[in-house]
Amino acid sequence: MNPLVEIKGLSKRYDGKKLALDNLNLTLPRGRIIGLLGPNGSGKTTLIKLMTGLLTPTSGSIMINGLPVGVFTKSRIAYLPERTYLQSSMRVDDMIDFFTEFYPDFRKERAYEMLKDLGIEPSAPLKTLSKGTKEKVQLILVMSRDADLYILDEPIAGVDPAARDYILRTIISNYNENATILISTHLITDIESVLDEVVFIRYGQLLLYNSVDNIREHFGKSIDAYFREVFAC
Amino acid sequence: MAWTLDSDRPIYLQLVEVIQMRIVSGTYQAGSRLPSVRELATEAGVNPNTMQKALSELERSGLVITQRTSGRTVTENASLIGNIRQSLAKEQMKLFFQKMKKLGYKQPDIAALIKQADEEGNI
Repeated sequence: MNPLVEIKGLSKRYDGKKLALDNLNLTLPRGRIIGLLGPNGSGKTTLIKLMTGLLTPTSGSIMINGLPVGVFTKSRIAYLPERTYLQSSMRVDDMIDFFTEFYPDFRKERAYEMLKDLGIEPSAPLKTLSKGTKEKVQLILVMSRDADLYILDEPIAGVDPAARDYILRTIISNYNENATILISTHLITDIESVLDEVVFIRYGQLLLYNSVDNIREHFGKSIDAYFREVFAC
Repeated sequence: MAWTLDSDRPIYLQLVEVIQMRIVSGTYQAGSRLPSVRELATEAGVNPNTMQKALSELERSGLVITQRTSGRTVTENASLIGNIRQSLAKEQMKLFFQKMKKLGYKQPDIAALIKQADEEGNI
């Protein structure tokens, strides 16, 4: 079987000036939960936007499921962007109907179950929800799909610690061996025990790709502590 | 409630320790069925692959046995469980003696203290 994600020589230059990604090579297998870590401005979101087809590379290639990024790969990726894109005039259940129609792999019952667990009223209009609750709704929509690749850009930043635990448990229990979950975050301590592997990027280049336990074994410290050391200002 | 894990040691090793302790203390009885990888991973709040690795490690030591049809069970070998209990106890003793020596106690004083605590009903 092809690797799930195969990135070769990927570069992205904005406005002909700044090189946001610089000849990045990375291959991601199936069945993993992977942290995408790096300081602000290191190229995490640029990489994610290239994988989801929202940006086009300046050079290099990305293959997902053996196919170049395009309509088909988009249908197999569940993406949680940094910022909300939900229509605030819609109700939560309208949003769920919309997703059910749009994505053949959307599991409506899973979405309702999660709404119930998190105490979110399906008939509530999105504009009446707090920022954190909106983020939860958005994450529920993403995690209710049976995708091959889940890309979560800062999924837990705006939610309270109890909901954070629930979300991490949801990620663990939704895990399946054919799908990979890529999580970009700064809240490393909260998620490191959920991760198999971490990718560190700096200045748009790959700095390290290794398993959490290898790093702990080799350096005798947590990923969070190691990150602070590597990226010390 | 997720399991309490140290942040500076490999996670799978700590999972091995927790499960080992549960077997030795009888939370998981000899011969009984273990929860599934996913259940254990969710309970511990860890990645399922890491839990899988911990269980493989326990299989290597013979404490856990994979049944072809019914998941994993705890070994029925009581002497194996006994051996592991003893080695865990020795480790604890070693830690205890290290701490007592740091406090300046010598071997006979420690023995006397243990005896005294026993007489006072503190053990």
